[in-house]
Formats: sequence, structure tokens, C-alpha cells
Amino acid sequence: MIEIRDLHKSYQMGSNSLHVLKGINFKAEEGELVAIMGSSGSGKSTLLNILGMLDEADTGDYILDGVKIEKLSETKAARYRNKFLGFVFQSFNLINYKTAMENVALPLYYQKVSRKDRETKALKYLEQVGLKEWANHLPSELSGGQKQRVAIARAMAAEPKVLLADEPTGALDSTTSYEVMDLIQQINDQGNTILVVTHEEDIAHMCKRIIHLRDGVIVEDKKIDQVRASEYVQ
Amino acid sequence: MRLLFDKNTWQEIFGSIGKNKTRTIITVIGVLWGIFIYIALAGAAKGLDNGFERNFETVAKNSLWAWTNRTSIPYGGFKIGRAVPLKVGDAEVLRNRIPEIEYIAPVNTKGVFGGEAALTVRGLKSNSYPVYGYFPEIAKMATQKIYDGGRFINEEDMEYSRKVCVIGERVEQEMFEEDENPIGAYIRVENVYFQVVGVHKFSQTTPFGTDGDIFIPFNTFKKLYNTGESAQFFTIAAYDDADVVQVEKDVKRVLKSIHRVHPDDERAIGSFNLGEIFGRIMGFAQGITFLSLIVGLATILAGVIGIGNILLISVKERTKELGIRRALGATPGEVRTLIILESVFLTMLAGVIGIILGAGVLSIINMMTASNTDFPYTNPTVPIPLVIGALLVMVILGTLIGLIPAQRAVSIKPIDALREE
Ligand SMILES: Nc1ncnc2c1ncn2[C@@H]1O[C@H](COP(=O)(O)OP(=O)(O)OP(=O)(O)O)[C@@H](O)[C@H]1O
Ligand SMILES: [Mg+2]
Repeated sequence: MIEIRDLHKSYQMGSNSLHVLKGINFKAEEGELVAIMGSSGSGKSTLLNILGMLDEADTGDYILDGVKIEKLSETKAARYRNKFLGFVFQSFNLINYKTAMENVALPLYYQKVSRKDRETKALKYLEQVGLKEWANHLPSELSGGQKQRVAIARAMAAEPKVLLADEPTGALDSTTSYEVMDLIQQINDQGNTILVVTHEEDIAHMCKRIIHLRDGVIVEDKKIDQVRASEYVQ
Repeated sequence: MRLLFDKNTWQEIFGSIGKNKTRTIITVIGVLWGIFIYIALAGAAKGLDNGFERNFETVAKNSLWAWTNRTSIPYGGFKIGRAVPLKVGDAEVLRNRIPEIEYIAPVNTKGVFGGEAALTVRGLKSNSYPVYGYFPEIAKMATQKIYDGGRFINEEDMEYSRKVCVIGERVEQEMFEEDENPIGAYIRVENVYFQVVGVHKFSQTTPFGTDGDIFIPFNTFKKLYNTGESAQFFTIAAYDDADVVQVEKDVKRVLKSIHRVHPDDERAIGSFNLGEIFGRIMGFAQGITFLSLIVGLATILAGVIGIGNILLISVKERTKELGIRRALGATPGEVRTLIILESVFLTMLAGVIGIILGAGVLSIINMMTASNTDFPYTNPTVPIPLVIGALLVMVILGTLIGLIPAQRAVSIKPIDALREE
């Protein structure tokens, strides 16, 4: 589903250049649930953003679902993001003046789905994350965990091939974190490919595979036995 | 373009506008004020324009009057101070020599510039009124508003020197009871019975016109007062496209040559040129219209720039939101369209409200000044093309101004937009 070869990325800061990714090679099959770990500043977010086409690599190949992603125009990149990729961010990134349902429906708007179908679909995904009753609430009226569930519903609404989550539980307490992970596992069970960046060991162990980044390269890549988050959720 | 007609696009725009109410209101007020000032000013100027026009509507705008005085320079064997005798026949000479003249008619009066006003009697009522000896052509130079089914002096009246008269509105009020019909009735002027054929409203037939006077056929006047071939003054109307100032000069030149007056004698021939004065006043009114146009447009411009400013700030504030939209798949084109359409829509909304308010204020002014006919102010409207022009200017400016924040919104990478706090 995802393949990257010898990926390099540096940040230019004035005359200094910070080499963040120094040759990443990585492959994820369809239906995988991968945790990306590493110390702060090791380049996890940078990698995920490149995979999400929000940022560009300096060199290296990126193949998404058999399509080679090369120097795309912003318009093309936007279309790929819309069709293939879903994002979940640490800070939720909901649009504050839109209700939960409007937020979830937004990617569908950019897919040119009609308003009625958008609403039906948005409600369906809100129901999946258990927030159907909150459809008409603004983000400011939701708890952190609820916001993140809305964000997940929004990421799923476009039915992407790959879901990219950058510390989705980073701003949540452990109980809420497990609820969110439970949801991510359920989505993964339906066959979706998911990449989760996390600092937390317990969250990482709820995935099926863990990758460790250090100094811009992958230092460890192992398959693990998945811990079901539902065991911790009552 | 397809986006423009997409219902979804508009829902998205209304959403964004409706949910950012403070921004929307502040923005709208800026342009609204601009267009309001524009409409109010332009309309007021137009009202003034119409008002001046109305004050002159009863008289041909290219009118002038010419008369004679005593000479101030000896010439051709004549001494200084000779009275120049204006003749009825001079009219024919003037008409033939000056092709710009459309109508010319000699006029004799009594009780206007001298002499006693004519004693007028009807039954027990009596009063003195000035009398004018008029040609029927006068009606073509000064629109006579004739009342009560009456008429003005006509050719037959002239030919047979009929004893008919057109009386002023005030004369009617003073000589007749309110329920009496003056048409066909007789009044006694200078001991001669005249049949009333019409009643005229106050008109600027001459610069000295009132509504307390009596018009009789020129020939009748001639017999009544024994004026022979002499005329007191000429009423002249030049063609609309003629240069009245030049016509005035020509008239004086011709009269001087007929009556052997020194060409430099400024006193011997007098004249009053309504056309010139009218032209000056209309020029003034046009100046005001032009000024109000400039001021109005400048105000609109200021308002639109205000919109641009606020959009620019709002785009900066919304950087993160726009980053989220782009992460979710909005193309740069879609983001740009959103911003520009927001700008155009806000501008239009403000414009339309401003136009309605402006028109409202104008109609209130109109209502207040309608009863006041002395004040030169009538029907203050803004011509539709000007309104459409203003709207167009606003849409274009709104688009141009919207382009700046729109370009800014898509010029940064989505990831940088998302990182913005
Ligand atoms: N836009 C940027 N400009 C310059 N340097 C950057 C930029 N983004 C990230 N960096 C630097 O690149 C390095 C990797 O950053 P990145 O955000 O990928 O780390 P991370 O592994 O996600 O860290 P964390 O766990 O704290 O989120 C850091 O040293 C960071 O300072
Ligand atoms: Mg990070």
C-alpha cells in the first residue's frame, strides 16, 4: 500500500541546514496498523507529513497504492489527499465555527458530494464513533476525546486508503486514549491501513507493528502481538 | 467558473460568512457607508439639477430679450442721447439676418416699465394690472400653462385685432368668484370690453413676468394705445444648439446698424440673456454632480479597501482553517475561489443594502421638498446606469482586493498553514 525508498529531508534555517530524515526505507501492506516511535525531534512528524503529501521530501521515492508520487502540483496533491489519505492530528484541527457534522462532511464537500449525501454519510460516521447525538454541537462544546473522535470520523468519511495519525492520543488522558485506540483498531479491523505516531509504549502496543526512528533512520522494525484497547474500555 | 454556480460553494461561503458575524458586519458597514454616501450625494446633485431645470421649464432655455435706450455716443450725424426707436419691422430684419433665431416677436407693454397699469373693472371689482401686447408665437417661447379649457392668443385674434385677453391667475382670483368660470366672460380694460379666452399660471414669459397681468393680441394693443409701428422690446428664442451669447451679440449688431448707432455704443441697445444664465446654472449643477460622483467613488474605494484589509487579517487568522481544508483535499483554486467569492459577496451585500438605504434617504428628502416649490430641488434620483456602474465597480474591486488575501492563503505549504497557531 505504501512504499518509500531512500527518503531524505532537510530543513533550511537561514544558512543552517538540518538533515532530519537520512534515508528512510519502509513498506506497509494493506490492512497494517503501524506505530511510529522515536524521541522528540527524531523526525516522526516530518515522515508522516511527507507520507500525507502535506510536505515534500528532498529525494527518494514514494509509492502510494501503486502510484509513484513525484513532484506534484498543489492541485494534484490536494486531489490525492482528498481521495487516498485521512489525517488525525494531536491538536484535533477541527474547524471551530463548524458543527461536528459539518466538520465530518467537509472532505466530502471537496469530493463534490451533494449536501444531502454529505449529511447522511457524516451522520453514519459520527454514529460509528458514538457521537451521533453530538452532531450539531460545535467543537468548543466537546471534550478532548470527543473532538478526537470527530476528527477520526472526519478522516474516515472520505474513505481513504491510508489513515495517518500524528499522536492522536497525545492530548488525552489514558482512559480517553484507549477509547480512541479502540476506535482506530476497529477501523483497522475493517481493512484500513493506519500509521500512528506515538510516544507512548502502551499505545504503540495496541498496533500490530512498531517502527523506531533515531537520528533520521529506522533503527528498529518489529511485528508485535496486538493488545486490544477494548480490554481497557468499559 | 463551474464552482461559481455550484450550490455547495455558496453553502460553504454562507457558512463562513454567517459564522464570522463580527467580521462580516464590520466589513459590510465599510462598503455600505461608501455606497450610501455615493447614492445620497449623486441623488442630491441630480435633485438640484432637476430643480434648476424645473425653475426654467416654462421658458425656452435659449431665450433673450433686447430693447433700446438712448445713445451714449454721437454717430452718423446724430447727437448723443438720441432715443432709438425700436420698430415692429426690425423683427423681420433680425430674423432674416440671423439664421440662429428660431422665434422672434415684438412686445409692447403698459404698466411694466413705465406708464400706468391698466385699470380693469368687472362689476363692482376693479384693480390695475400691467398689459402685454403679445404675438401668438410667444406661446412657443414660453410654455403657457393655460387653465380651465382656455387658450392662448391665436393668429385670428391677431388678424382681426380681436378684443380678447388671457389673464393671470391672480387676476382671475381678484376679478372672479371662486365658482365662476372666467372663460368667455368679459372684463373692462381701459374702458374697453375684452373677452377672457384663457387664464395663465405664473410663467417666466419675461424675466419680469408675474401672474397678475393681462395679455392681449399685439395688434389690439396697437389700436388700444396707438403705438403705431414701435415696439418696446423683442423676445427672441435661438435654436437649441445655437450659441446664445453669439446670437445676443448679433442681435445687437444688427439693431445698431438698422438704427445707425455707433458700433461701440454699449448703452443704446439693452439685452437680457436667459440662455447664458441658464447655461451657467446648469454648469454649476453639473459640477456638483461630477464632484459627488468623485467623492462617492472615492468613498466606495475606501470601503472596498477596508474589505480587503479585513479579509487579509481574516485570512491570516484563518490560516490554520485553510490549512485544514487543504489537508482535507481543498485545491488552491478552491481555497482562492472561497476567499474571492466571500469578498465579492460581502461587497455586493453591502452594496445592495447601501443602495436601498441611499434610495430610502433620497425619497425622504423628496417627500420633504416636494411641497416646497421655491427650493430648486426636484425628484432626486440616481440614474440606473450609475447604480449599476457602482455595483460593477464594487464587484471588480471586491475581486481584485480578494485576490491579495486569496493568493496569500495558498502561497504557503499546507503543513506550514497547519502549524500556524
Ligand atoms: N518547519 C520546520 N522548520 C525547521 N525545522 C523543523 C521544521 N519542522 C520540524 N523541524 C525540525 O525537524 C526535527 C524533526 O521534527 P519533527 O516534528 O519531525 O519531530 P518529531 O519526531 O515529530 O518530534 P515530536 O515527538 O516532538 O513531535 C526537529 O528537530 C524540528 O525542530
Ligand atoms: Mg511530532
